[in-house]
Amino acid sequence: MSEKFKVLYYVNQFFGQVGGEDKAGMPPEYRPEKVGPAVGFEGALQGEGEVVGTIICGDNYFNEHKEEALEFIKKTIKETAPDVVVAGPAFNAGRYGMACGELAKTVVEEFNKPVVTGMYIENPGVEICKDKAIVVSTADSAAGMRKALPLMAAITRKLAKGIELDAPAKEGYIPQGRRKTLFVDKRGSQRAVEMLLARFKGEEFETELPMPVFDQVEPAPAIKDLSKATIALCTSGGIVPQGNPDGIQSASAQKWGKYNISELDSLNAPDFYSTHGGYDTAFANDNPNRVVPLDILREYEKEGVIGKVYDWFFTTTGTGTSVSNAKKFGQEIGAILKEAGVDGVILTST
Amino acid sequence: MKLEIGRIKIKDIQFGDRTFVQDGFLTVDKEALAAFLKEDERIKDVSIDIARPGEKVRIIPVKDVIEPRVKVEGTGAGFPGVTTKPSQCGQGRTHVLYGAAVVTVGDIVGFQEGVIDMWGEGARWTPFSKTYNLTVDIQVVEGLDTHTHEETVRLAGLRAAEFIGQAGKDVEPDELLTYEMGGIFEETAKYPNLPKVLYAEMMITQGLLHDTYIYGVNAQHILPTLMHPNEELDGAVISGNCVAACDKITTYQHQNNSVILDLYEKHGKEINFLGVIMVPEHTTLTGKLRASDYTVKLAKMLGADGVIVSEEGYGNPDSDLLMICKKCEKAGIKTVLITDECAGRDGMSQGLADTVPEAVAVVSCGNVSHVVTLPPADKVIGNAESISVLAGGWKGALLEDGTLQCELNAVIGSTSEIGYHYVTCREY
Repeated sequence: MSEKFKVLYYVNQFFGQVGGEDKAGMPPEYRPEKVGPAVGFEGALQGEGEVVGTIICGDNYFNEHKEEALEFIKKTIKETAPDVVVAGPAFNAGRYGMACGELAKTVVEEFNKPVVTGMYIENPGVEICKDKAIVVSTADSAAGMRKALPLMAAITRKLAKGIELDAPAKEGYIPQGRRKTLFVDKRGSQRAVEMLLARFKGEEFETELPMPVFDQVEPAPAIKDLSKATIALCTSGGIVPQGNPDGIQSASAQKWGKYNISELDSLNAPDFYSTHGGYDTAFANDNPNRVVPLDILREYEKEGVIGKVYDWFFTTTGTGTSVSNAKKFGQEIGAILKEAGVDGVILTST
Repeated sequence: MKLEIGRIKIKDIQFGDRTFVQDGFLTVDKEALAAFLKEDERIKDVSIDIARPGEKVRIIPVKDVIEPRVKVEGTGAGFPGVTTKPSQCGQGRTHVLYGAAVVTVGDIVGFQEGVIDMWGEGARWTPFSKTYNLTVDIQVVEGLDTHTHEETVRLAGLRAAEFIGQAGKDVEPDELLTYEMGGIFEETAKYPNLPKVLYAEMMITQGLLHDTYIYGVNAQHILPTLMHPNEELDGAVISGNCVAACDKITTYQHQNNSVILDLYEKHGKEINFLGVIMVPEHTTLTGKLRASDYTVKLAKMLGADGVIVSEEGYGNPDSDLLMICKKCEKAGIKTVLITDECAGRDGMSQGLADTVPEAVAVVSCGNVSHVVTLPPADKVIGNAESISVLAGGWKGALLEDGTLQCELNAVIGSTSEIGYHYVTCREY
């Protein structure tokens, strides 16, 4: 039989059997043994893995000295080199959940090691780490320990062995929010017809795509004096310099580009063109100002209607680009514009 | 309206000195086909090849897929209003070279074509790895603008399918399917207690490479219009569309529209299938408001109890889809939507560009940004390099050994929003 995989366990002062609220301020300590739930957890691994040690830390200490606590945990991980880190379960204990959540997030991000924890769905720690770690859905109190540990152990075993996890409902974890593409037995049209029939009959049905929730962005106040304002140009219409030097994708953009226009009065073909794969680019390629209206803006600048055109324009491709990428691009570009003291931006979409 | 589809099952394609079908083997006279296509003087050269299921062949960049057919009885020969004079589709008898397809290949503007792999991992993702594909690679004369280039390749594909389809004219089909439905009042009298269902098929109609044609009419200029389901199954609708390959509706998929076929299956049993509303997708808000209002009005006039709405493309058409949904639900008409998702390569992003709480029943046909790794092919029909500019590809997507990494975006029919394929997304 192959070697057992190694698990490092994390618990708070209570489950670490140090004490109750009076010990919540204890700094983290490492014990090269199984403590508290780690005992039952290792049993549930059925001999395939072992808990090499347990970190015990007071809930107050962790939340008040997050940096120090995480440093200790990172150091211990480097020393013990576990295959998987397991924390909790924290049930509905808020401070314990926050500690498990922060630990999980840090370990996955910095060590790229799998982390398994367990929490009640409403624990605030869930939101911190559920997209990074696996959070087993538990009861709201320690009465759920007996149920939680075997689920956490089964998932740990799979992660340690590189086995892909089954659906969240089947494995018992809180969905990470990841849309996984997979094959099913019935084609989409048949599923649609069956869903409609279920609606007619009043039977239960499950949508395959719950509706997204959007951020609401407050519009900025109007610019008081346009004649003194610096105006920038930014587009999702895919206008790039000839040769697309940064390789901005024609769809599903992974990046944006910024190009200097301080010496230009307009964007001329063929020096600029659109790399966008989602609209009729014939007219944009004929005259790129149709998408990035530098020509008109320069006229306004000369006439004094606006103060100045910002020296750089920003560009990406809007088609099929994920909302999370778009959000990231927006924040990055916004930070540069703010830093540069730009007063207003003309955003053109296609 | 009664349409008989006679399936002549094709077991292989080969080249020969005339074009005919015998014992399920389709023989194609390559020179004659090339000469026929070159009657269009905008075509400089044509190269014709065959790609069979299981062969380690990659076809790229693919523009359209068309099923070769021939009318043997009744009106509606060819693609009326496009390759033949206008006449009524959807009645009489049509013979289909079932299992064969014409695949048009060639760069147009470079971004909006796709990939078909005939074997292995890539074959799972596209429905057109299961057809015997006659590939038609079109080189046009110099100096054509892109609009004319697109039209030239579009027509060449349709004409090639007609040319090949002729081979089925006098062949006894292996299977005869009948699609028959009377007038709406007639059917409703027959099935007074069955829920009345419409299919609203959204079509990209947004300009160059993003157009759909009904009897040759560019649907960009229509109000939503009502069709008998048989018409679409019989060649009334063709794709002029080179938008992202994963979810564009190829002409083949119009000819075999899976929503129509699956609704037909239930007609007279569990539902009363009223017909198809063809809905143009506009780029302007005005267009979206008008088209969604008009679609719901048609549904109300026809007394629909439920509507299945399928989208084509993603991004701004998500708004059209959800406007139709919201307005239908408000009118008491139950909707089911079919779409795909732009959830990012990691699947962590929300997948639609718009949202309404009324969309409670949605079928997802997959994440267009799901990344697949397709092993090297023994033979590439077309140009393997084109992946670097295709929607779903990127610079460096083609590795040195010929392995292709790309998003499903680039794979023809992979996330088909008429639910033609078997892909979905689940929350993990």
